[in-house]
Amino acid sequence: MNVLLDGLTLAQGGFPEPMASATLYHYLMTSGMLFVIGLIGFVTRRNLIIMFLCTELMFQAAGIALIAFSRFHLNHTGESFVVFVLTIAAAEAALALALVVLLFRRKESLDAAEWAEMRG
Amino acid sequence: MVGLVEQLQTLQVVAAGVFAQVEHGALGTHGGHEAALNAGVNAAALGAVTGELPKWTLLIPFLPLLGCVLCGVCAILKVRNKLPAVITVACIAGAFAATVGAYMHTMHDGHAQTAVVKAWDWIRFVWGTEYKSPREFIANFSFYVDSLTCLWMLFVTGLATLIALYASEYMAGDVKTAGYARFYVAFCLFVFSMACLVMGDNLLLLYLGWEGVGLCSYLLIGYFYKKPSAVAAAKKAFIMNRIGDLGLSMGLMLTYVHFGTVEYAKLFPLIQTYLDLAQHGKIDEIPFIVQAIPVLFTIGAFGKSAQIPLYVWLPDAMEGPTPVSALIHAATMVTAGVYLVARFFPLYLCSEWALPIVAWGGALTALLAATIGMAQFDIKRIMAYSTVSQLGFMFAGIGVLGAVGGAAHVFTHAFFKAMLFLSCGAVMHGFAGQLDLRKLSGVAKIKGWKIVSLAMFVGCINLAGVPFITAGFWSKDMIIGDAFADHGMVAIGWILLGTAGLTAYYTFRVFFRVFMGPVQYEAGDEVHGDADHANHANHANHGHSDAHGAQEDGSAAHAAFHPHAPGLAINAVLLILAVAAFAVIPLVHDFSGGGGHSFWASSMVHGSTAGVEPPHAEHYKPFGMDAHRFAMIGSIIVGLVGIVVAFFLHYVGRTSSATSKADSIKLGAIQTAAQHKWYVDEAYHAIFVLPLRVLAHVFHAFDKMVVDGLVNLFGMVPRGLGHTARRTQTGVLHDYALRMAGGLAVVVLAIWFLHSGGWSGWGGPGLVEVGSVGGVRP
Repeated sequence: MNVLLDGLTLAQGGFPEPMASATLYHYLMTSGMLFVIGLIGFVTRRNLIIMFLCTELMFQAAGIALIAFSRFHLNHTGESFVVFVLTIAAAEAALALALVVLLFRRKESLDAAEWAEMRG
Repeated sequence: MVGLVEQLQTLQVVAAGVFAQVEHGALGTHGGHEAALNAGVNAAALGAVTGELPKWTLLIPFLPLLGCVLCGVCAILKVRNKLPAVITVACIAGAFAATVGAYMHTMHDGHAQTAVVKAWDWIRFVWGTEYKSPREFIANFSFYVDSLTCLWMLFVTGLATLIALYASEYMAGDVKTAGYARFYVAFCLFVFSMACLVMGDNLLLLYLGWEGVGLCSYLLIGYFYKKPSAVAAAKKAFIMNRIGDLGLSMGLMLTYVHFGTVEYAKLFPLIQTYLDLAQHGKIDEIPFIVQAIPVLFTIGAFGKSAQIPLYVWLPDAMEGPTPVSALIHAATMVTAGVYLVARFFPLYLCSEWALPIVAWGGALTALLAATIGMAQFDIKRIMAYSTVSQLGFMFAGIGVLGAVGGAAHVFTHAFFKAMLFLSCGAVMHGFAGQLDLRKLSGVAKIKGWKIVSLAMFVGCINLAGVPFITAGFWSKDMIIGDAFADHGMVAIGWILLGTAGLTAYYTFRVFFRVFMGPVQYEAGDEVHGDADHANHANHANHGHSDAHGAQEDGSAAHAAFHPHAPGLAINAVLLILAVAAFAVIPLVHDFSGGGGHSFWASSMVHGSTAGVEPPHAEHYKPFGMDAHRFAMIGSIIVGLVGIVVAFFLHYVGRTSSATSKADSIKLGAIQTAAQHKWYVDEAYHAIFVLPLRVLAHVFHAFDKMVVDGLVNLFGMVPRGLGHTARRTQTGVLHDYALRMAGGLAVVVLAIWFLHSGGWSGWGGPGLVEVGSVGGVRP
C-alpha cells in the first residue's frame, strides 16, 4: 500500500532515483506508454496489418498493467486473467489476420481507407 | 262520430278477400261514452293482454326471415333461376296464411282480444335492489297482436305475396345475374322487419323493425347500384330517415325514462292515467315530458312516412325497381309512421301539440305534394307524389281525431296505390323504361294491355275518389268529414277537400294521356334495367313479335320497337288487386245505416289501443249540415270536377302524345316552380347541404394543416436530427478510432479533474488525493 503511495509521491516529486528497483510505478508507466504508442499507431497508420499490430500492443499494455497490479496485491487473479486473455488474443489474431487476407484479396490493397462502405 | 258507440252493436267481421261474415251482438250498451267504450275496447285496462294466441303466430315474422336466409343461400350458391322468387312467394304466402289465422283467433269471440306471443328473451336488465330503487329494462322478442296489428299485417303480408309474384316476372331480366337473389333477400328481410315493426310488443322491437325497413328500403332503392342517381336516391332516403329516426329514438328513451318500461302491455295502462286527465280537460296537469314524447314520435313518423319537411326522399326513391316502389314506398313501409301514431293514439291525446302538428303537417303535405304531382311528367314520380299526398291525408285524418279514417285510408290506399304502381311498372317494363307521359299514349288500345289498363283505371278511380263505387272515396271521405267535424280543424277540412280535387285531376291526367287517346309511343332508354334488361327487350322483339301488334299507327321513327306486353304473373296480380280494391269497400263503410261506424276497419281500430275515445269536442256544422254529409257532397263535387277538367284538357281533341290542351294554359312562374318541385330540394341544398359542405372544407383544412402538421412535426424533428448526425458516420475506420480515443481521453481527463477536487483544487495533477477520496483502497 505504502509502496504505491511512495511511487505516486515520487511522481509528484520528480523522477525516482536512478537504478532504484522497479516499482509498480515503472510497470504502469511502461503499460501506459505501450498503450499510447499502440493508440497513436492505430490512429495514424493506414496499413491494416500495422493497425492490427497496434491493437495487439494496446492489448499487451493492458496485460502488463494487470500483471503488475496482480503482483502488487499479492494475488494471482490478474495473472490467470492474462493467461486467458493471451490465449484468446492468439485465436483472435489468427482470425483477424485471415480477415485481413480476405480484405486484401478484395481490393488488392491493405489501405484501411479503402473500406468506407458504412458511410451514413 | 256521435253515434259511434251505438253503432258498435253489430260488428261485421270480414276476412280480407274472403267475406266470411260473423254476426254477433255483444258490444257496448248505451252507456256513457267512456264506460261503454272501455267495455268495447277491452274489459281490462288499456292495452293489457286479454287473451292468448297459439305459437304458430310466430310464423308471421319468421317465415319471411327463413325466406331471407334461403334466398341468401341461393345467392351464395349462385342460383341463376327463379328459385328465390318461388321461395319468397311461398314464405310470404305462408306468413299471410298465418296472419289470417292469427286474425281469426284475435277476433274469435266477437270483440278483439290482445295477445302477446313470446319468441325469446331478448334484452333483460335488472339492477338496484328490492329495497332501494329496483329498476329493470325488459324488451323481449315477442309479438303483440291486437286488431290494429292484424289490420296492418293482413295487407302487408297479402300485398307482399302478390308483389313478390309480380316481381318474379318484372325482375326476370335479372335472373341471370346475382341481382335476382339479392332482390329477394332484401324483399324477405323487409317483410320480416315490417312484421317486427308492426307486431313488436315493445318500442325497442318496433325500433328494430323501423331501422330494418329503412335498411331494406335503402338496399332496394339502390338496387341498380351502378346507376349514380339510384345510389344518390338510396343515400338520400337513408339520411332523411335517420333524421326522423333520431326523433323516434329520443321519444323511445324519454318513454323509458318517464314510464320505466317500453313494453306495450305495461306502458298503456300507465298512459291511461294521463289519458283520464286529458279526457277530463286537465291537459295542463300532464307533465311536459309526457307531452313531448308524441311530438318526438311524430318526427320519426314524418321521416318514415315522407311528410313535410322530410318528404323529399320518397319521390327520389322511385329509382328502385317498381315492385319495390309499390310495396315499400307506397303500400307498406311508408304507412309505418301512420301505424306509430295510431298505436300511440292515447299518448297523442295526452299532448296539446302533437295531434295539431300531425294534422297540419299531413294536410300541408297533402296539398304541397298534390300541386307538385300536377306538374310532373314522369308517371312514376306522379304516383310517388300522390303517395306523399295520400299519406298526408292519413296523418291529417288521425290528427283531427279520426283514427278510424286514417287507418281505413291506409288499408284502401295500400291496395289501389300498389295497383297503380304495378300498372305503371308494367308500362315501364313493356316500353323499355319509358315513363314520360308525353311519350306514351293510347296504351289501352294496344293488344295485350287490356288488363293493365283496367287495373290502372280501377286504381285511378280509387285515387281520384269516384263516388260510391270506390273504397278510396269512402276512406278519404271519412277523413275529410272528420276534419270538418272537428271545430278547430275546419281549415284542414278545406285544404283536404281542395287537395282531393287536385288529386282527381292529376290522376286522370295520367290516365287520359297514357292509356287513352291516339296510339303513339316511344321506347325508353332502359333506365330501369341494367345491361341484361336490354337483352330481355331484344328477346321480346324477336321472340314474341306476334304478341305486340298495333304498332303500325305508332310513330314511324320507332317502328322497330315492339312494346312487350305483360305476362301471366303481372296480369294475374293486377286482376287480383283490382278485385280486392272493390272487395274492401264494405270493410271501410257502413252501408246499413247512414254514416255510422259499424264496419270492419272501425272495429279493428276500436279493438286496439287506437280505439280510445278522444276528449269530447264541439262539433262543427258547415253550412248547417252534418260535417260528414257536407264532406261527402264536397268531395263528390271536387272529385268529378277534377276528372272532368282532366277529361277536357287531356283527352278531348288530343291528337298526339306530346301535346294537349293543357299546354295552352300558361301559369308562368307557378307552373315552372311546381315542375321544379317548388325548389324544395334546391332550398334544402342551399340551407343544409351547402353550409355543411363549407364546414366540411373548413374542418378538412384544419385537419390538413393543424392536426396533420402536428403529426408531421413529430416525424420531421428526428428526421432533421438524423440528417445532421449521419454526417459523423463516415465509414472510415480512423475516424471512429480517433473519436474513440478522444472519448477515452475526455473520460480520463474528467476523472482526473474530478478527483483533483474540481475547479477549486485545480492547480496540478491531483491524483495524490485519490486516497483521501477513498475510491480505490482494497
